[in-house]
Amino acid sequence: MFGKLSWSAIPLHEPIPLITCMVIVAIIFGTLLLVLLKGWAPYLWKEWITSVDHKRVGVMYFLLGFIMLLRGFSDAIMMRSQLAVAYNAPGYLPPDHYDQIFSAHGTIMIFFVAMPFVIGLMNFVVPLQIGSRDVAFPTLNSVSLWLTASGVLLVNLSLGIGEFSRAGWLAYPPLSELSFSPGVGVDYYLWSLQISGIGTLLSGVNLVTTILKLRAPGMALSRMPVFSWTALASNLLIVAAFPILTATFAMLLLDRYLDFHFFTNELGGNPMMYINLIWAWGHPEVYILILPCFGVFSEVISTFSSKPLFGYRSMVMATMVICVLSFMVWLHHFFTMGAGADVNGFFGIMTMIIAVPTGVKVFNWLFTMYGGRIRFTTPILWAVGFMVTFVIGGITGVLMAVPPADFILHNSLFLIAHFHNVIIGGVVFGAFAGYTYWFPKVFGFKLHEGWGKAAFWFWFFGFYVAFMPLYVLGGMGMTRRMQHYDVAAWKPYLVVAALGAVLILCGIVCHIAQLVVSIRSRHRLADLTGDPWDGRTLEWITTSPPPVFNFAVLPNVKGEEAYWGMKQKALAAGQLAEEPIYEDIEVPRNTPTGFVTAFFSTITGFALIWHIWWLVCLGLLGAFLTFVRFAWRNEDEYRIPASEVARLDRERRRTRSAVIASGSIE
Amino acid sequence: MSTIASELPGFDPHRLGHRGDGPDPADHGPAPKRIVVGYGFWIFLLSDFVMFSGFFAAYAVLSTSTAGGPSGRDLFDLHNVAIETACLLASSFACGMASIAVEERKALPAQLWLAVTAVLGLAFLILEVKEFLALIAAGNDPQHSAFLSSFFTLVGCHGLHVSAGVLWLLTMMAQLFSKGFAPNLLRRFRCFSLFWHALDIIWVAVFTVVYLIGVTQ
Repeated sequence: MFGKLSWSAIPLHEPIPLITCMVIVAIIFGTLLLVLLKGWAPYLWKEWITSVDHKRVGVMYFLLGFIMLLRGFSDAIMMRSQLAVAYNAPGYLPPDHYDQIFSAHGTIMIFFVAMPFVIGLMNFVVPLQIGSRDVAFPTLNSVSLWLTASGVLLVNLSLGIGEFSRAGWLAYPPLSELSFSPGVGVDYYLWSLQISGIGTLLSGVNLVTTILKLRAPGMALSRMPVFSWTALASNLLIVAAFPILTATFAMLLLDRYLDFHFFTNELGGNPMMYINLIWAWGHPEVYILILPCFGVFSEVISTFSSKPLFGYRSMVMATMVICVLSFMVWLHHFFTMGAGADVNGFFGIMTMIIAVPTGVKVFNWLFTMYGGRIRFTTPILWAVGFMVTFVIGGITGVLMAVPPADFILHNSLFLIAHFHNVIIGGVVFGAFAGYTYWFPKVFGFKLHEGWGKAAFWFWFFGFYVAFMPLYVLGGMGMTRRMQHYDVAAWKPYLVVAALGAVLILCGIVCHIAQLVVSIRSRHRLADLTGDPWDGRTLEWITTSPPPVFNFAVLPNVKGEEAYWGMKQKALAAGQLAEEPIYEDIEVPRNTPTGFVTAFFSTITGFALIWHIWWLVCLGLLGAFLTFVRFAWRNEDEYRIPASEVARLDRERRRTRSAVIASGSIE
Repeated sequence: MSTIASELPGFDPHRLGHRGDGPDPADHGPAPKRIVVGYGFWIFLLSDFVMFSGFFAAYAVLSTSTAGGPSGRDLFDLHNVAIETACLLASSFACGMASIAVEERKALPAQLWLAVTAVLGLAFLILEVKEFLALIAAGNDPQHSAFLSSFFTLVGCHGLHVSAGVLWLLTMMAQLFSKGFAPNLLRRFRCFSLFWHALDIIWVAVFTVVYLIGVTQ
């Protein structure tokens, strides 16, 4: 009846996951109770859960990423503290649990922290920047979000029901095959990533179509802001790379469920094919994450240096070159496979070449700042911190691109230090820069500067204290994924690294404090003009927060830096352009389709993991009926009358006019 | 009112080479919904092709890993495959005829041609399932070797796509029957015909890479 599921799946004999689960369940029920008692449920359902507005979907993606950051970080601090005490000792985490923790840490941090951060920012910002009313397929966007949430739910269910994978964040076979991992851990891993992967792919299709087909009049590609360009590159990579992941995982699933022989040791199976396929997705994936963050830094540096971006065209070129080259370097993840000197040489050289466009970008950012009137707000601190840190990460990356050096450093802590160097220094710093920069646009008030700066400095120094020792340890021969060790010389470095993790924890606490303090003093921090930073791109033309339709009339773009040009014109003329003619606007209706689809996909995923076949059929049937129900609806849009649009826009024009009369924005 | 400096042609105080203030491009804002939907679906189809390329790559790598068992040469029956191909191509033709009927808003011919499309699609599926069952009955199941695993997966994945297409088609016929030619149905129909023809393209590749090359190896 219930397949492999029985009471023994609950980890009653393991105190750490059990207590964690109880705390999480208590928090979830507490939140639900609060929502019900305060009567927030209808609001949340109508305005958020069923929302198809790209801005709300973006916010929910980001929130999801932040909650998962807490989960992923607790895994991290457990690993660092374990290694600080596990010299000639077993530590407090048994190997069986420790292996699940590092697998979960990597999986969660990449798929459920970095991806939601980046997709959330793109979702919110791209339609505003290109002057569009929404994404191309709003309901599909909501489906994408909730499928990602469904994957998150499954990963976290593994904490309390069954176990998680012990096969590392990419589940290499043959270890991840049924004969070596007979439990449900790898199945949790595979199904949660298959489900959220479909969400990511659909979101990629959606944003590519949005950027290529829904730009405002006059917004030629040659005038598009760099963030939107990097979003285009990133989403093209999603469309081209995620299907490979789906196919690869499908093969591993067939191996595990139906005894196929793609990657087994027997009957002609080829485990190295998995490594090749997974990295053909995996290397583009790191550029999917970092390119939009490069875009964030471009916007932030140009805005706060009060200058147009230096070398706009070379920036776009560099982005697209990286986009193409990212598919030609995957083999550098396994030089030690034994492909031979020629193959390794080719991929080593390609890897070094991809550093060139990245270098072009760094110089462009530096020259943008050069001679600028720089305002040292929190976002630009993240940007400067990024430039310093990311260059170090890039240099260690190029070092490992040399195959002979990689033979020594492969799978050592040097590698761990390198990719945390680029992912924390690049993606995480970029996500926080974007979060601080666009927060006033999202909610209508700025974030508290003091707490933001404190968070930055804790993260910045925390990163160096936590990861510089790992470079040294890698050089000393310490490999990754060790649960205990007996080399006395390693211990001091591991203790320092653990202290670094504590500093990062302080940074995360500062983020939470910043949010609480900012919400409490939101009236003082309010952004009334819609343009708090003296911005240059179209999102700053509308109000903060923007109306559901984004723009009362679609902006008519003249030249690069569309909004900057309009603003200068208005300032010179001393008044806004003439009032436009307002028309009715059609806005997509909210729908629970996304939420319901994800509900059924979670059920299907759970049933597949535990081999409960009747429930699988039920879940699939439910998903199909949801789809039919959606296809059958008659009204998919509602109309906002011109009078209402005019009322809202006149209000915006009044505040703007007052600012222009006073002579300058801010 | 005087012109401001930034509006003058060639204004570039920072010498950045910004030429964005040139003539406006022939770009008239957002595309109509019909175009956007078709375009988005094309992008999705491209991603589907990439997924198939993963299975093709796996098949190419494993096609000689027969683990001492039979190879494609011993197993494939081109006669059966020829009939399958004919069914699929004819069903695409029927789909094309249905497109014409839909363009002319003729409900009855549209339904008839859609039914022909579905029947031919089902015929293809029945032949494929029969082929699979015969292989399994003869002991050549996908658990037997990496070659057979990758063969069943690649061909089966195409078959799953055809099944999903038939399900989609039947749902659309029901909707056409109950609601007539609504704009959203027309858009969906265009997507469906793209999907159906794309499956043909995949099948041509399957036919060549798996069966034709398989029997000559």
